[in-house]
Parts: sequence; C-alpha cells; structure tokens
Amino acid sequence: MADISVADDQEVDQSRRRFLTAATAATGAVGAGFAITPFLLSWLPSERARALGAPTEVDVAKIEPGQMVVTSWRKQAIYVVHRTPEMVASLPKNDAKLKDPASADSDQPAYATNEMRSLKPDYLVLIGICTHLGCLPKQHFERGDKALGADWPGGFFCPCHGSKFDMAGRVFDGSPASVNLRVPPYEFRGDTLVIGVDEQKGVA
Amino acid sequence: MGNAANSAAGSSAATGGLRAWLNKRLPIDEFVQSQLVGYYAPKNFNIWYFFGSLALLVFVIQIVTGIFLTMNYKPGELTAFDSVEYIMREVEWGWLIRYMHSTGASLFFVVVYLHMYRALVYGSYKAPRELLWLFGMCIYLALMAEAFFGYVLPWGNMSFWGAQVIVNLFGTIPGIGPGLVEWIRGDYGIADSTLNRFFALHVIALPLALALLIVLHIVALRQTGSNNPDGIEIKAKLGANGKPLDGIPFHPYYTLKDIVGIGVFLMIFAIIVFFVPTFGGLFLEAPNFTPANALSTPEHIAPVWYFTPFYAILRAVPDQRLGALLMGLSVLVYLFLPWLDRSPVKSVRYRGWIWKLALLVFTVSFLALMYLGLQPAEGRYVTMARIFTTTYFAFFVLMPFYTRIDPVKPVPERVTYHA
Amino acid sequence: MRKLAIIATVLALAAPAAFASGGEATASWQQWHAGNALGDRASLQRGARNFMNWCAGCHSLKYVRYQRIGTDLGIADDVMKANLVPPGAKITDYVVSAMPASLANASFGIVPPDLSLITRSKGTDYVYRFLKTFYADAAAATGTNNLALPGTAMPHVLSDLQGVQQAVFAQDGQFEKFEDGVPGQLTAAQYDAFVRDTVNFLEYAGEPAKLSRATIGIWVVLYLLLFTVIAWLLKQEYWKDVH
Repeated sequence: MADISVADDQEVDQSRRRFLTAATAATGAVGAGFAITPFLLSWLPSERARALGAPTEVDVAKIEPGQMVVTSWRKQAIYVVHRTPEMVASLPKNDAKLKDPASADSDQPAYATNEMRSLKPDYLVLIGICTHLGCLPKQHFERGDKALGADWPGGFFCPCHGSKFDMAGRVFDGSPASVNLRVPPYEFRGDTLVIGVDEQKGVA
Repeated sequence: MGNAANSAAGSSAATGGLRAWLNKRLPIDEFVQSQLVGYYAPKNFNIWYFFGSLALLVFVIQIVTGIFLTMNYKPGELTAFDSVEYIMREVEWGWLIRYMHSTGASLFFVVVYLHMYRALVYGSYKAPRELLWLFGMCIYLALMAEAFFGYVLPWGNMSFWGAQVIVNLFGTIPGIGPGLVEWIRGDYGIADSTLNRFFALHVIALPLALALLIVLHIVALRQTGSNNPDGIEIKAKLGANGKPLDGIPFHPYYTLKDIVGIGVFLMIFAIIVFFVPTFGGLFLEAPNFTPANALSTPEHIAPVWYFTPFYAILRAVPDQRLGALLMGLSVLVYLFLPWLDRSPVKSVRYRGWIWKLALLVFTVSFLALMYLGLQPAEGRYVTMARIFTTTYFAFFVLMPFYTRIDPVKPVPERVTYHA
Repeated sequence: MRKLAIIATVLALAAPAAFASGGEATASWQQWHAGNALGDRASLQRGARNFMNWCAGCHSLKYVRYQRIGTDLGIADDVMKANLVPPGAKITDYVVSAMPASLANASFGIVPPDLSLITRSKGTDYVYRFLKTFYADAAAATGTNNLALPGTAMPHVLSDLQGVQQAVFAQDGQFEKFEDGVPGQLTAAQYDAFVRDTVNFLEYAGEPAKLSRATIGIWVVLYLLLFTVIAWLLKQEYWKDVH
C-alpha cells in the first residue's frame, strides 16, 4: 500500500500546482524585496550625518581684507577669502599662465563660472582640496612670495606635489593638478555666507 | 522560501545548461535529492513540529539584524547606550532592525521552549535520539549565554544590574569564586572591559558555536530520522521502494507546510515588532531605558521572562550557595532526561496516567516558576516558589521510578493519520 | 491551520494594550491616566511649544534634534527657528538645556534629568501624575512637594499656570484629597489639557518612530496574511497526495 499516490497527471491538477507554486514564489519574492529594503536604506547617511552635512554659516563681516578663514562643510575644508581690490584687479593678468582660465573644464556652480570664480568679487569660496591628489593647498597670498619666486602673483600652493593656484583658485601651467579648485554651492544672506545651501533649497 | 518552485518544476531547457555545468562541479541536485526529496519524514506531524524550522528561521533573523546593528552599535560604557538611541532615532529604519532583534530574542526562546516541550511530550529524547537531544541542549545552553551577553549590550540600568547579579553567581563557587568573578569582569565592577568582552562573545564566539551546534543537531536528526506524535519508528516498516511506509518526502510536503508555519509565525512577529515591541515590559523592560548607573539599583530587578523559572529557583532557596547550585541543576537536569526516563513508550499518547500526571505537574511548575520569577521575592511568592521548586525537581528525580510502574498502553505498528 | 490561527489570535489579544484610555474623575491620583493621543498632531505641536517654553530651560532632550521635531510634527523650518529654536542654537542641533550643569547643581543640588526617554522608563501616566500632584509644603526647600515623586528637588515651575494646590492628609499620613490653594492662570481643565499635550510630546520624543510604525505594521501584516493564504493553498494542493 502506497501512502503517497504521487498520481498520474489525470488525477493531479498540474496546472493548479504550477499556478500556486508561481503565485507563492512571486508573492514571496515581493515580500523578500520589501524585507531587504530597510536594511539597504540603513546604509544611507543617518540623520546625524545629514545634520553634520547641513549648510555651514560664516559671518563674512568678521573677515579682514586679505584674510582667509577655514571652515568645513561635509568633512571638507572650505576656504573663505576676503580678497582685496588689488587681488581682484590682478586676476585677469594671470590668464595666459593658466590651464583653464575660463573654468570651462572645472567644477563650480553656474554663478561662479566667471573670471572671479565667485558670486561676489570680494569673497572667494573654495573647497580647499587640491584637485590633484587631495592635499590642502596652503595660502601664499603675498606677491613675490619668497618660496615661490619674484613672479609669483599670489595664490595657493599645494605642499604635496607643488600645484599652484591663483587668487581665484585657478590652476597654473606646470602644475600636476589639471583643473581649478572646486567651488561649493553657497549664497549670501546679508553678511552671512551659507555654504551648501543647495541641499536646503534643492537648487544646484 | 521560494525554492519549492524551482525544484518542483524541474529543469527547463534554458537552465539545463547552467544546471548541468554547476552539478558537475557542486552536487546541488544530489544534495536536494538525498537531503530533501529523498529524506522521508513521518506523515503525522502536528502543530508541534513547526518549531524546529521556526527556530532556524529566528536564528537567521537574529544573525542578519545583528550584523546590521553591529554597523552602528558602539560597545563601551560611554558610547553603548547613546549608540542604541542613535540606532532607534537617527539611522534610517534603525528602529525596525533593533525591534526585530529584541523581539527575535524573546521569540527565539518561545519557539525553542515549545520545541523542547514537544520532545518531552512525544519522548523524542529517548533512544535512538539521545545525542540529538544532547546537541539540542547544548544549543539551548549556548542560546542562554548568547541572550545574556546580548542583554548587557544596550547598557541600560537593567543590563548593568542583570550582569552584576549573574556574574556574582559565579562568586558562590567555593574557593575560586571571588577571583573568578574578577576575571570574568576584567575589573572591580561591571565595567567597560566587561561590556567589550561580552560584545565579542555575543557577536562572534557564540553565534559561531550556535551555527556549528545547529549543523550537528540537524546531521544527527538526519541519521535517526524524526520522531513523531505516535512515538513510532517509521523505519521499522519499509515499503517496496525501501522507504518508510509512513514517511513522505520532506520536500515538497514539509517544505511547503513549513512555509505556511513561517507565514503565521512572521505575522505574530510583525504584530509584536510594529504594535507592541516592548510587549508590556516583558521583551524590553522600562528601567533599561535609563543608562547604566553603578550607584542606583532599579527598584524591582528581575531577569527577562525566559530566565525567570531558574531565577525563581535561585531565590526560593534560603542558602546562597545551595540556591546557585540548584539553579544550575535545574537547567542541566535536562541533559540526563534520556536516561532518567525508563518507560518503554515514547509518546504521551500511549503512556499511563502516572506519566500524564507527572507531565502536568512539571508543566504547571515550570510556568508557575516563570511567573514567580517576575514577582518580588517576598511573602507567599517565596512560599509558592519553594513548593514549585520541589515539584519541579521531583518530576526529574522520581522519573526512573514512576516511569517503570506507569501503566502504558500498547503502541500500534503504524502511525495515526487522517487526511 | 485552524489551531495556528487560534494561537495567533490569542497571542495578539494577550499582548498588553498599548494605550490606556483617559479619564480620571473621582479616582485617586494613582489611577490617573495621561490619556494622550500620539495621532493628535495639534496636541503634539502644543506639547512641543509647552516643552520649549516651560521645560527646556532646565531639561534637555539630548537625543532629539529641533529639525526632526519640525519634520515629524509638521512645523516648517522657519517657524521652528522663529519660535522653538533658542537663539544661538542651530536647527540641526540636539535639544540641549540652556542651563549649564554646574549652575543646575548649585541651584537644585542635582542636574535636572534629560527627558528624552522619561516616558519610556517611567511611563506617560507617571509624568502626567507628576505634573499634576505638586502641592504646597512649607517644609520643602522649594515650597512645594509632589505625590508622585516625594521630596523632589524640582520646584513647581508650572505654578503660574496651575496655581498651588493644598493637599489634605489623614492622621496616618495617607493622602486624602486636593483643595484649592493659590489660583493660577489656567482653569483645572485647561491645565489638564496643557499637561496632556506636554506628556504627548514627551511620548513622541521618547520614540519618534512610534508615529509611523503602526501604520507600516498594518501593511506588513496584511501582506503576510496574503502570503500565508497562498502558501496554504499550495500546501493543501500538494498534501492531496498524502493519504
């Protein structure tokens, strides 16, 4: 006596079995998809990471002309320079010695794609990370700086591999870096410079 | 979960090439054939037989959620509590992962207790399944350690004082006790070093041990075959094909049945996780939402519900050393069950009234002790705990005697099954 | 299968009810229930305002960010900044007390506890009873005492609103009833609503996920129900083989 009559096809409704098998598998697959979603989403930046990545505010009224303030936004160094009128005036003179004077191949918001690479000529805002290999370029704002020679027009010098940038963060010929220093998204609210504001307003 | 579809449907031409390629290199089909389709299980399993596969499911849930909790949990007395709140509030879906883990811990014990009780009711620990039972007991002991270490990790005030009380139990061991306690803690009190070593044991050592023991448990099960509610060895009656007459292929029959059980279990699991994750303070205790404080013991300190039967025994004994000893014995006594039971019959269905009475006494004692362990140790609670401690141990100590005189019924040759 | 269904139902029913219904009337204060409703967003918003105005001077919610409160309770960022975020704090900051710990220690002899988890460790009813059972006690340094937490170092900071009630004790020291004392700006019913809103907000602060988890849970359970039914039909189909 066989207790399992794994029966002939006439007895067993094979199409019903196939349908129910497919239905169970499909429903199970949908459920499995939903079940893994929270685990995958848990890898997104947490609320803390997002709070720490929130826009950084700097009071530019406190920065003297010719001075630079270093702050951070999303774990990157941000350079805020209050350029003197002389610094601004001298920028066009560098054009012939630059790799990308018009910032055509460089990374900056539309409002900073100009000669000054800034929203307001007086204030330069840069991500202080060398576009070559990620070191922090040092400030050498003095013209004819001792270390960089008599024809140095003032700017940034990266100590790691010797990349040179002008007072608009534009890279000089002969530097290992190939593009200009990046400019973060920012806006001014009165004297308050808000860096990273696009995340808040949803504009790039 | 969806494997049934693949193997039941058989190989189509499209997958045949890949399947053949794979099978030449890895015995997949052979494994399915010998371990799932070729493995015959008794056809008369009832609801009690869901809990083994459910225990395996909860183990997997605990491993997966545990891995994801480890990504944000920070052991250390200054960081642990905050990192748990960070998971609960700031990690995307962190609260769900944490509640799944805390609910899983309690439900692990629910299914394991029901699984063990099934063995008791149908005599699954008796020959030839003694080793299977012993492996199962080792899983249970490892699980208790795993649960205890895990309970300390959130570093709430109950975590702290629970660790304090349990670790101090080892201090009652004559001679080496005090030194041993210091060695376990790695400090003069429950401290950072204690938390960190418990973390290592909880996330690496014990899960590995559990995985190994589960493999051994299943291998031993495959060797003897499953017991069943009639307590009959189905291998004694083989059909013409050499397979047990009362057996059916594990796959697809029990794989599909287990999937239904998993669906129902997950529903209960989800109801707790989403609607009552603290389960009225039984699964997550209110005082544990206060950070660990070495200067303030919670007003009413009790272990989590799954430890309370043994905790009640500890408190019922007026002597500290004897209490710790009896508590240890109350857990370890199950190891001797296969040899304490002298009955010729396995299943309760064919045992006599003496065994049935004894089983009832044990069931009531265990549940009563579980309740009493949650109550304060005072007045009539202590008196009742003493009575039930006595009956609890009587069940085991007297077993060799009453199982021999128990008026058993004749066991049929074939299992009872109604389609 | 039917047995399984019964077990599932029993388990679900046995699970302790998450919310106790409100209503106090004549019951003694130990029987008072907060009766707050997390689904009442307006109440949560009033509670947030109450907390920031009356509690946040001394107590922190160190696991909660202002911005998260705004998102969860439907308060716009600029409204949060204008009304609920103290000057000098960023909207992304945690709600940390303005009072330095050293000053608190000097004033009260104790640092006021963080309230992020107070409703989880003590319960909503406890907080509700605590805020409603301050009474005049000349022997206390603060001039008031409390039935829920006798000898509390916390002054009755809400006395402007509630007033200060008198407590009548029996000979054996057993509390009997409250009597009117110094009146406050709010009627008894208004103060009750004030406390309920505040407790509601604190319950939210104790577990922000609680606002959404039951809603998600309904869908999960419905899905599992569907899956189980289909899987059961499949199992029944195959088990026709077994006789």
